[in-house]
Amino acid sequence: MSDLTQLTLTETISGLEKKDFSTEELNGAYLTRIKKLNPKLNSYLFVNEESNKIPAAIKDIISVKGMPLTCGSKILEGYIPPYNATVIKKLMANSVSVLGKTNLDEFAMGSSGENSAYEKARNPWDVSKVPGGSSSGSAVAVAADLCAFALGTDTGGSIRQPASLCGVVGLKPSYGRVSRYGAQSMASSLDQIGPITKTVADARLVLNWIEGADGKDNNAVPNPKSQIPNPKSIKGTKIGVPIEYFAKGLDQDVEEVINTALNKLKDLGAETVEVSLPHTQYSVATYYLLMASEVSSNLARYDGIRFGKDRSKFGPEAKRRIILGTFALSAGYFEDYFIKAAKVRTLIKQDFEKAFQKCDVIAGPVSPTVAWNLGEKISDPLTMYLSDIYTLSASLAGIPGLSVPCGFSAGLPVGLQLLGEYMDEETILSVGEIYQSATDWHKQKPGLN
Amino acid sequence: MDNQQSTTNKSWETVIGVEIHIETNTKTKMFCGCSADYFGAKPNTHTCPVCLGLPGALPFINQEAIEKCIKIGLALGCSISEHSLFERKNYFYPDLPKGYQISQYRWPLCTNGTIEIDGEYGKKTIRINRAHQEEDTGKLTHIGSETFIDFNRSGLPLVEVVTEADFRNSEEVRDYAKKLQQIIKSIGVSEANMEKGDMRLEANVSVRPQGQEDLAPYRVELKNINSFKFIGDAIDYEVERQIKLLEKGEKITQHTRGYNERKKETFLQREKEEANDYRYFPEPDLPPLSVAKEEVEKIRAGLAELPGKKIANLEKIGVSEKVAVIITASDQKFDIFQEAITKIDSAEIAPLATFFVNQGSKSQSAEELLELFKSVTQQKSTQIQDEGELTKIAKEVIGENEKVIADYKSGKLNAVQILIGQLMKKTQGKADPIKAKNILVKLLS
Repeated sequence: MSDLTQLTLTETISGLEKKDFSTEELNGAYLTRIKKLNPKLNSYLFVNEESNKIPAAIKDIISVKGMPLTCGSKILEGYIPPYNATVIKKLMANSVSVLGKTNLDEFAMGSSGENSAYEKARNPWDVSKVPGGSSSGSAVAVAADLCAFALGTDTGGSIRQPASLCGVVGLKPSYGRVSRYGAQSMASSLDQIGPITKTVADARLVLNWIEGADGKDNNAVPNPKSQIPNPKSIKGTKIGVPIEYFAKGLDQDVEEVINTALNKLKDLGAETVEVSLPHTQYSVATYYLLMASEVSSNLARYDGIRFGKDRSKFGPEAKRRIILGTFALSAGYFEDYFIKAAKVRTLIKQDFEKAFQKCDVIAGPVSPTVAWNLGEKISDPLTMYLSDIYTLSASLAGIPGLSVPCGFSAGLPVGLQLLGEYMDEETILSVGEIYQSATDWHKQKPGLN
Repeated sequence: MDNQQSTTNKSWETVIGVEIHIETNTKTKMFCGCSADYFGAKPNTHTCPVCLGLPGALPFINQEAIEKCIKIGLALGCSISEHSLFERKNYFYPDLPKGYQISQYRWPLCTNGTIEIDGEYGKKTIRINRAHQEEDTGKLTHIGSETFIDFNRSGLPLVEVVTEADFRNSEEVRDYAKKLQQIIKSIGVSEANMEKGDMRLEANVSVRPQGQEDLAPYRVELKNINSFKFIGDAIDYEVERQIKLLEKGEKITQHTRGYNERKKETFLQREKEEANDYRYFPEPDLPPLSVAKEEVEKIRAGLAELPGKKIANLEKIGVSEKVAVIITASDQKFDIFQEAITKIDSAEIAPLATFFVNQGSKSQSAEELLELFKSVTQQKSTQIQDEGELTKIAKEVIGENEKVIADYKSGKLNAVQILIGQLMKKTQGKADPIKAKNILVKLLS
């Protein structure tokens, strides 16, 4: 029997059904691998040795009853939540158990994983490189076969970007498709929980498990569109290629890999059309104003009274965003910053609505570069913020985004981003699945020993 | 009264705006499923991740609360916004677990209403700026050097009713608050019990030179005063205090004051250098609040009769306005009375009403009220009132109690009670005791 940890989620389920192996063997294999690799990769902050079903890695910003919740911060050290997030309840109802809680940038704020207050997660393809963030540990766990699948959260790219940098699949669902209840809010109007998986088919399955309203997240949409599994063809699918996503700042090698992927999609029957998202250049400024404003309020509950630790325990990035957000909401600045940003957000949304009149899916890079060296950008927040340029707009527009492995540059993975219309995960998942049926990029494994 | 004088001071005019918080009587809290029936419960037993502000918890709008807020708005003649918005009011306080209160600010649910008050100063229309929905905080208890937090109250639905600065004296404020309480009770959305904290009063008080149109450049917020009497007293004291300061040429700054009931004076609670910056912004965890017109009309149709209409109806059947106001002030009283009058002759309605607000006010049911009423009226009709007859019996009693008479004449005036007792015995309790006593005293002198 091959190594159980290499199986996809779909293969794992079928293996269990066929009784090829037991859940004990399955969890045992993962626990052994975690023991061996986690000290090197720092993927998990907490490992649940009692995991006894399909083992999932959960970003440590999602509440799991009885397991420590740190949010990657020292301010929550020692806190053990008394309740399960809705996504956890839904997973448990589908024979999933939590194998562990994964590393992240503090309160999901970062693009490299380096803002974690604990040992930083490392990229399995090259441990001197960042894994991306903020769902760093979840992407690492999937890439290094330390779980059958993982959950992350995406506010401005935190699922898609680490998935891209680690060579795995990451899906940010449409805003409201999945209940956020139980995930510490970063920016409430942008946050979504989504799967990080070994294949697109796995992502579709996990989305199916976790989506839907729960009576606890007032913004979760009651009846999302149903999904049709096993797509047969993408013949005639129109793929929009936004000119702004191939402009200055995009690494040439990455661009080449993306173009090759687009050609592959054409070979598979899709058509490409040029589209424009003219307000892309404002997405970083817009995002950082709105996100930081919400962050400043969402982190106010850590007031030193109920969770034991005082606000000096926040790391530098958390402090930076709390100050930025407090400023943007202050009397005299609110109109110029928050309100202005909210208006630009509407324009960004309209960019997509216009673009989708010409196409079914928008495709482009997830990240302008492949994974960079640990420490390279950490002292320059603005450069770090710019690395999210291709993921922020979709978050502001509330539309779904999928990162699919599509090649390598200098031995490091590159992800293709597929964006869909609001609540139309179906189309991007189908395109991704058909792409994976014709390519092997997702089957590549990092050389870890 | 000194205080009263100052509120009608010739050279200064008092300007008051009032904010009243009403805790509506929903089954569950504003944004979570916790039972709202927390009064008297052990601390922190009516809590969950949401009202404790635990990481990851989110608010979910309680439609019952929204409906009750709309009822209040309709009862005050407000327009009900088809689209309103919750916003976050950000500030740190230990009783506020999320570090912000979910409230409404720029887009309230109910706007532009009125209340007619009819006090000593005549009829007046008070303009209601807004009635909006928000959530309550936890409760702090200070024992020695320690502070305890009880989150049972955290997240309870609160409706804040804000007036324009239309009041010119404490009487008007008191009349308004009483009237609002009456309305709230009559539509059944809250017990509006001030002692329990269902209804909380705040007054923003300032004075300006008579004739000045602009508001004073400051206002003093009187807070945490939970009785109609005390809010009035506090305003009177405050107005006098402010006038004294202004007459001395001092500048008054914006601040918050409490009221010491024993000392009968207001005291400084919180100095505000400038207005607090609450950094309001639209609550991103909640969708905009949409209320369909049909829904509003449905609620309007279902609204219980308002006190004004109830009073008018009672007047139509012969009850005096004064008595009608007292009966309609309490739902329970009103219900008992409504039931009782179905069982009596229409000629008896007015006497029953008067009886109900005087001797019979403790009645707990229509049956009890009617029984009491009948026993008293019957007693009156069979009592021996005739003075000739009473004198005859009194003389008999005097003749039969020589020793008692001797005691009385020697100065033991209480001895007359024995004679009254004897007289009542002879008449089987039917004599009018007051008349009997007068006659006995007259005969003995």
